[in-house]
Amino acid sequence: MNDGMSEQPYAELGLKDDEYARICTILGRKPSDTELAMYSVMWSEHCSYKSSKVHLRQFGDKAPETDVLLVGMGENAGVVDVGDGLAVTFKVESHNHPSYVEPYQGAATGVGGIVRDILTMGARPIAVMDSLRFGEIDHPDSRRLVGGVVAGVGGYGNCLGLPNIGGEVVFDPSYAGNPLVNALCLGVMRHEQIQLARAEGVGNKVVLLGAKTGRDGIGGVSVLASATFDEESPSKRPSVQVGDPFTEKVVIECCLELFERGLVTGIQDLGGAGLSCATSETASHGGSGMLVDLDLVPLREPSMTPVEVITSESQERMLAIVRPGDVDDVLGVCTRWGVLATVIGEVTDTRRLQVRWHGEIVVDVPPASLADEGPVYDRPFARPADQDALQADTSAALARPKTGAELAETLLRLAGSPNLASRKWVTEQYDRYVLGGTVLAMPHDSGVVRLVDDSDRGVALSLDGNGRYARLDPYAGAQLALAEAYRNVSVSGARPLAVTNCLNFGSPEDPDVMWQFAEATRGLADGCRDLGVPVTGGNVSFYNQTGATAILPTPVVGVLGVLDDVNLRVPSGFVRAGDVVMLLGETYDEFDGSEWAWVTHGHLGGRPPLPRLPAERQLSNVLQTAADERLISCAHDLSDGGLGQTLVEAALVSGIGVSVTLDGDPFVALFSESAARAVVTCADADVDRLLEIVADHDVAVTRLGRTGGDAFVVTGEFALPLDTLRETHESTLPRHLS
Amino acid sequence: MTARIGVITFPGSLDDRDALRAARLAGAEPVSLWHGDHDLRGVDAVVLPGGFSYGDYLRAGAIASFAPIMAEVVAAAGAGLPVLGICNGFQVLCEAGLLPGALIRNAGLHFVCRDQRLRVESADTAWTSEYAAGAEIVVPVKNGEGRYVADESTLDQLEATGRVAFRYVGGNPNGALRDIAGIRNEAGNVVGLMPHPEHAIDPLTGPSADGLGMFVSVLKSFAAA
Repeated sequence: MNDGMSEQPYAELGLKDDEYARICTILGRKPSDTELAMYSVMWSEHCSYKSSKVHLRQFGDKAPETDVLLVGMGENAGVVDVGDGLAVTFKVESHNHPSYVEPYQGAATGVGGIVRDILTMGARPIAVMDSLRFGEIDHPDSRRLVGGVVAGVGGYGNCLGLPNIGGEVVFDPSYAGNPLVNALCLGVMRHEQIQLARAEGVGNKVVLLGAKTGRDGIGGVSVLASATFDEESPSKRPSVQVGDPFTEKVVIECCLELFERGLVTGIQDLGGAGLSCATSETASHGGSGMLVDLDLVPLREPSMTPVEVITSESQERMLAIVRPGDVDDVLGVCTRWGVLATVIGEVTDTRRLQVRWHGEIVVDVPPASLADEGPVYDRPFARPADQDALQADTSAALARPKTGAELAETLLRLAGSPNLASRKWVTEQYDRYVLGGTVLAMPHDSGVVRLVDDSDRGVALSLDGNGRYARLDPYAGAQLALAEAYRNVSVSGARPLAVTNCLNFGSPEDPDVMWQFAEATRGLADGCRDLGVPVTGGNVSFYNQTGATAILPTPVVGVLGVLDDVNLRVPSGFVRAGDVVMLLGETYDEFDGSEWAWVTHGHLGGRPPLPRLPAERQLSNVLQTAADERLISCAHDLSDGGLGQTLVEAALVSGIGVSVTLDGDPFVALFSESAARAVVTCADADVDRLLEIVADHDVAVTRLGRTGGDAFVVTGEFALPLDTLRETHESTLPRHLS
Repeated sequence: MTARIGVITFPGSLDDRDALRAARLAGAEPVSLWHGDHDLRGVDAVVLPGGFSYGDYLRAGAIASFAPIMAEVVAAAGAGLPVLGICNGFQVLCEAGLLPGALIRNAGLHFVCRDQRLRVESADTAWTSEYAAGAEIVVPVKNGEGRYVADESTLDQLEATGRVAFRYVGGNPNGALRDIAGIRNEAGNVVGLMPHPEHAIDPLTGPSADGLGMFVSVLKSFAAA
């Protein structure tokens, strides 16, 4: 044992002086080396949410009335009732820092981790999505990072047999030294199959199943995820976990069989903080104690120390709580699937988490002190000194295209710009067909999957964010991300139900960043209340910065909606020539933070488009009703790049052109990024009924023109052949990344 | 009596449930088969599904070709049982020696998932009789190791004996030699292809329903027998 505070290496493990002092108070003595390591990972920012907790409470406090939440925030993922006795669970999580150090494995294990979170709820994972952000597309490091991350997301998800149904890829200089890799997983179960991460029942056995424990990912949550990058980052590579999707696949099938046969009473995945987290959380939530014999944990390397064993983040492992009489059956199922399973301990009535190593107790702590009673900080925050100047620097003075030729040139330039160009180079590397339930995937606005074979019920999912908007106004930016995801789900014909989020920010120790975070969470909580969609869970990723420079504040928001009948889903591309094209919603002169200002002038300043949440709700109601009555053949939301980009995308999906006539300033009509708008198409016979619905919901409508031909025509301004648009739109990513 | 189509699940199989669904939709009774059994449960035809059996460690399909059930598949195929290998299943059939050649890493080195046009080159197998020879169909292709290769004399022999079953049209997604997407054995009961007919059984969830024809073909071959 060590003597004297300074002799324990708590600072190197990421603990502050007062945190260390608190551990000593809790224990009434100095912690053992193993205990200290456990506190350091469990009290890390990543695991404890110590800087974000006070803000995240708003998601609960302001939550709208809802009866669809079967499991709310606080578990591994929220569970939403979607009808017919079916429930879905979904969550997005970051794996930003590991993906910079080791792009392939970082991204792969990001997918693996979120999939296990979903499995832990008792659900069969049925789809994944990914939201990715990188530096400029022509940055020297982009090819390594984008190529590695995309291959990692695909390599893991494809091998796991999960369709990738959507997401986003964004390029901005602020992410060059700190890419964002956010992965979402969706799972489905019957109501009665929900599992909880609880260790209950004294004498029940603790079974570790899945991969052996090795030296990978030691201290990943504290060393990597909870500190800022500096020049030594490459030496942190051993902190990155290494994934084996084949093992995860058999672990999934094995666990689903265990759930089906009722053989486990509680289950928890091993992710960040490994065994430290899984044992302390299950014991704490079960109100029990636990005795674990670390000597029984199967190791890849026999020379591992207890500290390494209990903090290893080796992938593809689960912790199951099993009645003694069921142990043989559990081991039998595991053997059948070729999954290693070992009884490593049992549930006790001590309310202590005790860990034995070579016959000696090396850990004896109250489990809640690790899992639930970590430090909470109300960190100082202040509106950044440059925020007013940034907002005053609007886009109003930027030169705008005037002639038809200039408008056409602008449209082309945007369609081929890194953030608006076709994502096919990325999405072709993802399996979107496996499991046979994919109804819509990229390039449609949301991913839509049928949940089970014997029902037409399905869900739609979209994942969106806009760091530039959030930089200009984090409160509005978070709401705009929410509104876009909500709109994307709505255009597919689905009814938005619930929200998940991944909040990517710089260092919480910087008051400017903390202000961004506080504003964004407040905006998102208010927005969810106003749109009537509760937050079911999510993830916070801090310390996304290189040196003193933080990334753009990037709240990424996932919205889930339900379709009672997936046959009524509405695609985002034109489906036939001769349809009437209409714009729903109102367009304002809103260009601050727009893709146009960024691409053509490199400008970021002013205030983002106004979030119009009541209008979003009305628009959503129109889209759902129109879909239910089979009135619209296509619906595509307007967001980055405005109406011009929306029409380009809708045309290129099917190769059907479009001719429109624009009222007012054609530049504003084509490129403004006003929120709460969508383009829909319908047959002549359905126009009157559609207009009735639109009027009933008090939504503005503009008749733009018709689909058809092989060009994008704006009457009196320009005609661009689809071939030209396609070449421009589809060549950008391959040119830079292949 | 309803014909029974068996689908083998290896550890790491992914499209097994999809193949079972396609068999059911075609009108067959789907039967799950387990890699570790020496038992085909009396099925009338067998599908080896897509996926990454045993993680595709060593070589794609290499370990699965030694699974206990493969001894039964090889014997039954020799006796005329219809066998279809899709993607990883095709790789397993090649590794097991039921079909010649091999599947290696895609020419572009990336995994590729796209809706692929195929030409049906051989319409007189147990799995392709529903199609007209020369018909074009659209079926998803999705793989990282789908590039069909064999030595020149094997390729010439396949061509000369009409044993190329499917060819890529409108772009070769993986650099397969002579655009070969799928091949058959001489008797026509064993067919292997990289694209996924089980993902093209319903326009709601696939690019077409063109793939269903393979499962219907095998059902009709029983009716005719």
